[in-house]
Amino acid sequence: MENKSRRNFVKKLGVSVGAAGLVGGSSLLSSCTQVETASGDTIKLLTSSGELVEVNKAQLKPADMPNLTEQQKRGRKGLPGRKFVMVIDLSKCRNARECMKGCQKHHQLRPEQHHINVLQMQDAEDTAPYYMPKPCQHCDNPPCTKVCPVNATFKREDGIVLIDNERCIGCRFCIAACPYSARVFNWFEPRDAEKYEGVTYNIEANVPQKKGTISKCLFSADRLRDGKLPTCVSSCPNGVYWFGDQNEDAVTNGTTHETVSFSKLVRDNAAYTLMPELGTKPRVYYLPPKDRAFPFQGEIEDHHS
Amino acid sequence: MEKTKSPEESRKLLDKITFDLTRSIVKRDELTRFWYFILIMFAGVGLWGWGIQIRDGLGVTGMRDYVSWGMYIANFVFFVAISLIGFLISSALHLLKIKWSHPISRVAEQVAIAGVALAGIIIINDMGRPDRFLNVFLHGRFASPIIWDVTVVTTYLTISVLLYYLPLIPDLALIRDRGGDDIPTWKMKVYKIMALGWKGNAEQYKLVYHAMRILMILIIPVGLSIHTVTSWLFAATLRSGWDTTIFGPYFVAGAFVAGAAAVVILMYAYRVRYRLGEYFEDLHFDYMGKLLVFVCLVYLYFNINEFWVPAYKMKTAEGIHLRNLFVGSFAPMFWWTQMTGLILPIFLMLFRFFRKPLPLTIISVFVLIASWLKRYIIVIPTMEHPFLPVQNVPDYFKHYSPTSIEIMITLFSFMAALLIITVLAKMFPVITIWEYAEEKGIDKKILAEPKK
Repeated sequence: MENKSRRNFVKKLGVSVGAAGLVGGSSLLSSCTQVETASGDTIKLLTSSGELVEVNKAQLKPADMPNLTEQQKRGRKGLPGRKFVMVIDLSKCRNARECMKGCQKHHQLRPEQHHINVLQMQDAEDTAPYYMPKPCQHCDNPPCTKVCPVNATFKREDGIVLIDNERCIGCRFCIAACPYSARVFNWFEPRDAEKYEGVTYNIEANVPQKKGTISKCLFSADRLRDGKLPTCVSSCPNGVYWFGDQNEDAVTNGTTHETVSFSKLVRDNAAYTLMPELGTKPRVYYLPPKDRAFPFQGEIEDHHS
Repeated sequence: MEKTKSPEESRKLLDKITFDLTRSIVKRDELTRFWYFILIMFAGVGLWGWGIQIRDGLGVTGMRDYVSWGMYIANFVFFVAISLIGFLISSALHLLKIKWSHPISRVAEQVAIAGVALAGIIIINDMGRPDRFLNVFLHGRFASPIIWDVTVVTTYLTISVLLYYLPLIPDLALIRDRGGDDIPTWKMKVYKIMALGWKGNAEQYKLVYHAMRILMILIIPVGLSIHTVTSWLFAATLRSGWDTTIFGPYFVAGAFVAGAAAVVILMYAYRVRYRLGEYFEDLHFDYMGKLLVFVCLVYLYFNINEFWVPAYKMKTAEGIHLRNLFVGSFAPMFWWTQMTGLILPIFLMLFRFFRKPLPLTIISVFVLIASWLKRYIIVIPTMEHPFLPVQNVPDYFKHYSPTSIEIMITLFSFMAALLIITVLAKMFPVITIWEYAEEKGIDKKILAEPKK
């Protein structure tokens, strides 16, 4: 999926006369930024999926891009009338980890930083182990946004919990508050910091990452604005993820592109949320890991040594 | 209070008291210089470490995404804790009209000021973006316990400085008027300015008493708040080990233990160094020992509540946490803090011998070290065991151990705190002269007399 869209994009690039054509696709409007290179004739452009492409400089003209303040403003507001929801089918997950890879690329993360992490789980000694992809749960009662002293992390109208890393002071109270270990911190300069220097901050993808600030899963809010599915959802080869709008009561599978009724999906499959007793009201639902057609590979990791 | 003495007697006694209590100000020798050198050198090394941390990021510490609060936060809690003794001794005991604690008030305030000032600095040091500190004021959200903490810590610092300064004014005037020739002139100039033209008439004393009484009452809710709110930084989260309702009083009780131990150590240092045996008497140590036993017993009671109740149930996550403390990797530290920080001191200090100055000071050193370690095991073990497994990260993400830079910066905080205390002790008398003189039956009029 990801490869296909990239090809489309490169094709588009080839036929476009001016940069207007290039940025004309609204998908690139918000996140396309110029990066100067040493050579005078070509220029490198950064796409929203973190790809660097080279274009003739003569073909460029300034893109119509919202500035930082506007981006922050609309990033705080969210997409009106939407209520995003994710359903993760644990019976399908076979630990391909394409979601993790796609995510780390999109959000410019170091290999040890995970917005989404596929965990090996085992609920009781005698039960079967299974794989559980764990993104931010985008709780409706988020413990993380409550404790933020500067309103750098917040809950949007459309249900997404976002971060403004231009405001974050790096106190890490939100990490302590999150029971799902969903948040990561930029302990050092982020990956490829020099490459993205001077690039305007895109709040909805939280890129470029900044040293000394928090990052976490954002449901790829930048892609949602363009009408695309989150990166992890469309990267999955096994049909694990369903994503959609609860207001429309419709979720789409990232692999098969099948769209079904959200309420029917969760009702028929006995969906549950993680640690409901904590009262966080997650927006991520899990379908139980039953009838798996593949074996669990390897040993379960003991994390409580 | 002793009965009023004759003017002649009074003058003689006052001269002696002034001489003894200004010895710390006058005294300048090799040892003082060496002490300053040590403090400034280690503080400097720590600041250098801080510079590296700012350049390279918080990654120079042992903290990572799972254990994201480490030694800095433990140290922060420790400094907030010791500062609470200022409120107990110079306000609560005063208001209860307990007399023996009067000469100790200023020592307690020194600890309070140094502790709370360093707590503020440490928290900035723990921030990923200290350059954005002002965001706390620009974008502050009152729903966050951090904002409550910033509010009460700054308020407590302000009130503590005032509670230190107000009773100092008559002393400064006294030294200005009666001070010996061996006090450096620059210090005399400072005293003259800081004495604010104090004349020592009855109306002025009335104002000081009045202002102090207001401050002593004001500091009660603020003092209780600083440590309660600090405990809420943990208790407001869902994590096992922190998710408990007794954290407020548990922290306050623990703070009194740590602070009382710090005050005893400081009293002993002044007693020996400035030859103040007649002022910090055996009796004061005896009472401080009794106070320490009392607050230790209260703290022990909270410890039993904190550990016994969840240990009886052993809920999944709590069970992992408690096993880790009782028999796991933190067991040596846990039992060390319980034994040397609470149980043994309580037992020993029941005997009069162990409440004598030297034995009590040695016990206090152990109690203070245990208090610091106790904060460490309040913060770190809980973070090492989140609800969900820690996977797909390097091994050093799973267990926390402080790096040398972290240790350097923590050392800086200790040195800076001692530096503040040392400067206060070298600048100003460590006991309130006028209050002490008054209790010895010297009339206030004599205090205002200029030196012959």
